[in-house]
Amino acid sequence: MLAMNYRGPFRVRAEQRPMPEILHPEDAIVRVTRTCICGSDLHLYHGMVPDTRVGSTFGHEFIGIIEEVGPLVTNVKIGDQVLVPFNIACGKCNFCKQGLYGNCHESNSMATAVGGIFGYSHTAGGYNGGQAEYVRVPYANFGPTVIPADMDPDDAVLLTDVVPTSYQAAEMGGIKEGDTVVVFGAGPIGIMAARCAWFFGAARVIIIDHIEYRLEFAKNYAKCEAYNFKSMADPVVFLKKTTDWYGADVCIDCVGCEAEGNTLQTFSGKVTLMQAGAATALQWAINSVKKGGIVSVVGVYGPPFNYVPIGNVLNKGITLRANQASVKRLLPKLIEHVQSGRLNPKGLITHRVPLEEISDAYNIFSKKLDECIKTVLIPSAKH
Amino acid sequence: MNIENEDYKNIPGWGMDIDLDNEPTYPMKNYTGDDHKRSDYERSEQQKVDVELLKSNERPQYSVVFGNTVPPSGLSGMIRRYAFKHSEDRYRHWIPLIMADRVNAWEGIIEDLAKGIIPNVLAERGIKSELRYNAKGFATKILVTAAVSVLMIAWIRNKKK
Repeated sequence: MLAMNYRGPFRVRAEQRPMPEILHPEDAIVRVTRTCICGSDLHLYHGMVPDTRVGSTFGHEFIGIIEEVGPLVTNVKIGDQVLVPFNIACGKCNFCKQGLYGNCHESNSMATAVGGIFGYSHTAGGYNGGQAEYVRVPYANFGPTVIPADMDPDDAVLLTDVVPTSYQAAEMGGIKEGDTVVVFGAGPIGIMAARCAWFFGAARVIIIDHIEYRLEFAKNYAKCEAYNFKSMADPVVFLKKTTDWYGADVCIDCVGCEAEGNTLQTFSGKVTLMQAGAATALQWAINSVKKGGIVSVVGVYGPPFNYVPIGNVLNKGITLRANQASVKRLLPKLIEHVQSGRLNPKGLITHRVPLEEISDAYNIFSKKLDECIKTVLIPSAKH
Repeated sequence: MNIENEDYKNIPGWGMDIDLDNEPTYPMKNYTGDDHKRSDYERSEQQKVDVELLKSNERPQYSVVFGNTVPPSGLSGMIRRYAFKHSEDRYRHWIPLIMADRVNAWEGIIEDLAKGIIPNVLAERGIKSELRYNAKGFATKILVTAAVSVLMIAWIRNKKK
């Protein structure tokens, strides 16, 4: 089968690789029909996630058709079209039983700080991902969700990560009616989080980035205010001023470890790797939120550590909330939002690329060329 | 779990203000109290461990399922094995893993060559899209690299003289 093959930082290729096999009675093999490159895949691509082994296949956002099932799989059958949550969850451990499906205790032997994630390094379990024609899906009785017949596959594939992560980012913000919400990062997650903030009653949604075409896109798609931090002397002062010198009620970090905008953070986090990436967005979020406000974090940071103003979290009484999205918990509600037309995930897609051209797809997304917002890869596997 | 004071519920005031809704992770977590059962829950059948699998020393057993891709090998594998002797709390875990990743990239090139594949690094880095959408940036990068190289060579030659 054709699959992505990681060869080292900034180097990926598509090539023929062995077919995945059923390794556990609750496994399924899925023939991938759509898969995306996620902004967090770029952290792997840039060599920033420890234990990313050469020969791995990335891809945690994918949908497809059940091709084969293990002997104990009863909830899906061969031929079902399914969307597969990006996090691998057993549904039985005490974390899963309480809805923390992004924190399953039985899907990752290699780290306790993160549950299993498809195609996201050995730190996240060492699974191959969906940027391939076929992929092994563990816990097939629990994770894969049958796609409603009337749902566009482009919408479905964005329900595996982008929409739930963004929605949970807004949800974790504890947004109250009338709140001012600031979203850092106008990538697919930030744009969708800004869109979702309205669902919780925000009165004002502001998005901050430095890439003009993305700010313009965000303004139109999420109906929010959009500002370029490069046009400001100091983004924190700007945000204080625009909130009556009070601070935003809620700040959401949708950037993670590859932020720009602060020389010290960039040098220590991206140039010298003295910390797990540049935590500029998180620093701004903490410093821009009001006293007693909430900072919600869905931007991905590496496991060692980051320089963040934790003293300000204490002194301002900030609540810091963060997690990998609990996709399975949110799916029923989000499917309803999509089917009713309230959310239009596929509106984020700007590029559709054959899997064969994955090297160029990564380069375009990584360097934000051709006004790229979201890339969908289309494998061409045939029976 | 060892509870030293079995009679703790008789401590005056114990539990008077319990408010299950006051769960800082709500609504992400549907708090049930199962956390106190720790790892006492029904587990599925263990996936057969048929490859070398490095396990975090912060857990006693393998997770029920795991990825069996790319087992550790070569020099990078040796470094990874060392890393996994240390907990996720230690730099001795993470820094060797990052080092192993860099070593592994070179091992990948050697592996390709051993298989008779000459890696097309430019194609792997997306040269086609670079020329199509970022020709100016690419040309600038080439020119700057060339200029810096020429200056370096000139400086070294002058130093030798």
